[in-house]
Amino acid sequence: MRSRLAFAVALAFAAVGLATPVLAQKQGGTLRIYHRSNPPSASIHEEATIDTVQAFMGVFNNLVVYDQTKPLNTPETIVPDLADSWAWDATTTKLTFKLHPGVKWHDGKPFTAKDVQCTWNKLTGKDPDDFRKNPRAIWWHNLKEVTVNGDLEATFVLNRPQLSFLSLFASGYTPVYPCHVSTKDMRTNPIGTGPFKFVEFKRGDSIKFVRNPDYWKAGKPYVDAFEWKVIENRSTRILAFVAGEFDMTFGTDVTIPLLKDVKSQAPKAICEVAPTYVSTNLIINPSAPPFNDPKIRQAMALTLDRKAYIDTLSGGIANVSGAMLPPPEGVWGMPPEMMEKMPGYSTDVEKSRAEARKIMEGLGYSEAKPLKVKVSTRNISVYRDPAVLLIDQLKKIYIDGELEIIDNSIWHAKVTRKEFAVGLNLTGIGVDDPDVVFYENYSCNSERNLTQYCNKDVDALIDKQSQELDKQKRQTIVWEIERKLAEDLARPIILYDRAATCWQPYLKGFVLHHNSIYNNWRYEDVWLDK
Amino acid sequence: MGAYIVRRLLLMFVTLIGMSILIFVMLRLVPGNITDIIFDSAGFVNPAAKKKIEKQLGLDQPIAVQYITWIGGLMRGDLGYAYVSEKPAIEEILPRIPVTAKLALLALVFSTMFGVPLGVLSAVRQNTWLDYVLRVISLSGLSLPSFWLGLLILMAFVHFLGWIPIYRSDTGSIWQEFVLLSIPAAAVGFRSSALVMRLTRSSMLEVLRQDYIRTARAKGASETAVNYDHALRNAVLPVVTIIGIEAAFLIGGLIVTETVFNIPGVARFLVEAIRWRDYPIVQNLVMFIAIIVVFVNFLIDMMYAVLDPRIKYEE
Repeated sequence: MRSRLAFAVALAFAAVGLATPVLAQKQGGTLRIYHRSNPPSASIHEEATIDTVQAFMGVFNNLVVYDQTKPLNTPETIVPDLADSWAWDATTTKLTFKLHPGVKWHDGKPFTAKDVQCTWNKLTGKDPDDFRKNPRAIWWHNLKEVTVNGDLEATFVLNRPQLSFLSLFASGYTPVYPCHVSTKDMRTNPIGTGPFKFVEFKRGDSIKFVRNPDYWKAGKPYVDAFEWKVIENRSTRILAFVAGEFDMTFGTDVTIPLLKDVKSQAPKAICEVAPTYVSTNLIINPSAPPFNDPKIRQAMALTLDRKAYIDTLSGGIANVSGAMLPPPEGVWGMPPEMMEKMPGYSTDVEKSRAEARKIMEGLGYSEAKPLKVKVSTRNISVYRDPAVLLIDQLKKIYIDGELEIIDNSIWHAKVTRKEFAVGLNLTGIGVDDPDVVFYENYSCNSERNLTQYCNKDVDALIDKQSQELDKQKRQTIVWEIERKLAEDLARPIILYDRAATCWQPYLKGFVLHHNSIYNNWRYEDVWLDK
Repeated sequence: MGAYIVRRLLLMFVTLIGMSILIFVMLRLVPGNITDIIFDSAGFVNPAAKKKIEKQLGLDQPIAVQYITWIGGLMRGDLGYAYVSEKPAIEEILPRIPVTAKLALLALVFSTMFGVPLGVLSAVRQNTWLDYVLRVISLSGLSLPSFWLGLLILMAFVHFLGWIPIYRSDTGSIWQEFVLLSIPAAAVGFRSSALVMRLTRSSMLEVLRQDYIRTARAKGASETAVNYDHALRNAVLPVVTIIGIEAAFLIGGLIVTETVFNIPGVARFLVEAIRWRDYPIVQNLVMFIAIIVVFVNFLIDMMYAVLDPRIKYEE
């Protein structure tokens, strides 16, 4: 019996071995990817765009990182990076990282715990050479201080327990910066500990990196060089990928309609569709009459036909969603049957609109006497197209919208100054975690809370879920917050879009993440099987 | 002649000063500045940090002070620092000029090489099938939008040859660079040559009806001598003017071609700098283009005297 079992086990191992042949990574070659535009700067900490993080993540390391070989970002897929290990103290207010020894910055200087302390001092405004802009400052609002113990240990002291604090470190947005390089230099000539050394950034042309020969992860990266070519014209860059000029497209650059073209012209290309975790959302200025009347805002929520958006904009494959990305990719989002019960999410749109019309009629509006409003948005097609649909849907409830295209440069300035009544906006999420989504977009103290929505009860609930150590209990609070946000019409999420990323079949070792577009661009596992 | 040149040079200087004021003021009339753009990529605006950056960049100074600072630096050869890249503006602008210059030169050669001879041919063979064909070609050259023609060319290359002729800085040889640049140059030159062809044709037709052409023929001059020695030389003046204007336009006006063929030239860079409100880049680049335009116009005026002995720049 025992020998039979041993034989069966041996056979099973042999079968697994045969079924999944292990490919030996090939060293060498230049990884070539196109970039859709010029990154605003090379400093990941100062930007909130994939344009920077995708191009420059390979220069750096984090303390921990989401496993680059697994598609979902969850607390379970966090793996060591510069920190070999980490541990919470008994009060869950001190998180200690043991750092990897012998790591060097690209300029040869040693990496120490002081660099970790320095980075977070800059992020919390405690360093005189702080960042000129700090879009994710709210992520670290619970951080009291960073202490060091020798060169290889750093401890993050929190004001209160926050279990998902570790997740913040795993994002592509959270690299460790060197103490000895100024924030200005990090924008133009970044120095990291990562697999690729920065060579040059020629605006409008290319960004070049070379393999870091002293990279502390032995054998990595596999490619000798890494080159981005900036191609702003979408037709040109897609044609160039089809022609084999590039090994990979820019992340989520291939829209669903374009995907058909790519697949027909380059049938061997591997294309994967995933949520972008960039939401299309409706912003209403509650201080601009008559939108200070919650009834009008409620009517607006009732007219939203999310399915129409999804069918028109993404060929029917995007997700209806609340603030959190829904399953299966989203870890914290509501299941569809629960979402349908939220205010404004009913699938019976006609019934909802009849209700909305009643509200509007009660306020004195009718087909003959509509409410005239400007619907403001940015001069980019992904903003303009849903804004046009919004105007169409508002018409059904006696709101006569006029599209107001705002110059890109002043969009955020205008929104911050509340110089709008109704707007259409897009918001990207860095980490699929309620702390990131809620604190960044809905907390009273966040600079990125565009509509300056502020509900102290919601803030209290956000803090409560953040401190909750039990996942099930936390999820219940998260869904309660979702419902409150829907009731308050705090930036109603219309949809989370999906798009494709394509790569050539000879590009190996790349895994697309499915619940964030900001965390899997290290490229240290990528190799070219040419 | 000398007095005329001095007068023209003075006029050029005044024009350039006027240009500098115009571009400086117009740029500041456009809503938003670099600080808005800097914060836009971060998805929020922090008014205090915005003010701090404005102060660092001198944008809080009165507009007259800003102008004097810029123009003073320009006179000393100091173009300032680009706001976006935070590098000296000269380092950003200089590498792009040769790229555009090569493309413009090739496009100009293309348009002249095809435009002038075909225009002459069209005129001397007026109302024949060849004239009709050439007129259709020239009309299509003027009607086809550059971006569409450019994309058609790219698609044809990808479909039939399996490669894409977009710009590469590391071509390895002059020949390869020539090949890569000649394709967009042909796309630009097609429109330009159509213009030159039509102008040459109409100008030639007008000259061919002059009495002195009939006299030349009566004296027994060959058709070649009549067409090229007598007619073309007199017909070429408006053509030279248009080639000159095209040359100036090609330095800063190739935005569509540079975008479609992904050429990191002056025009694309200028548009991006405008989008980013990168004042030092826009101001200096526009001034550079203005100098080229003014200088080319001056050269054309000087060439008139060389080409047509009847024109004399005297008091």
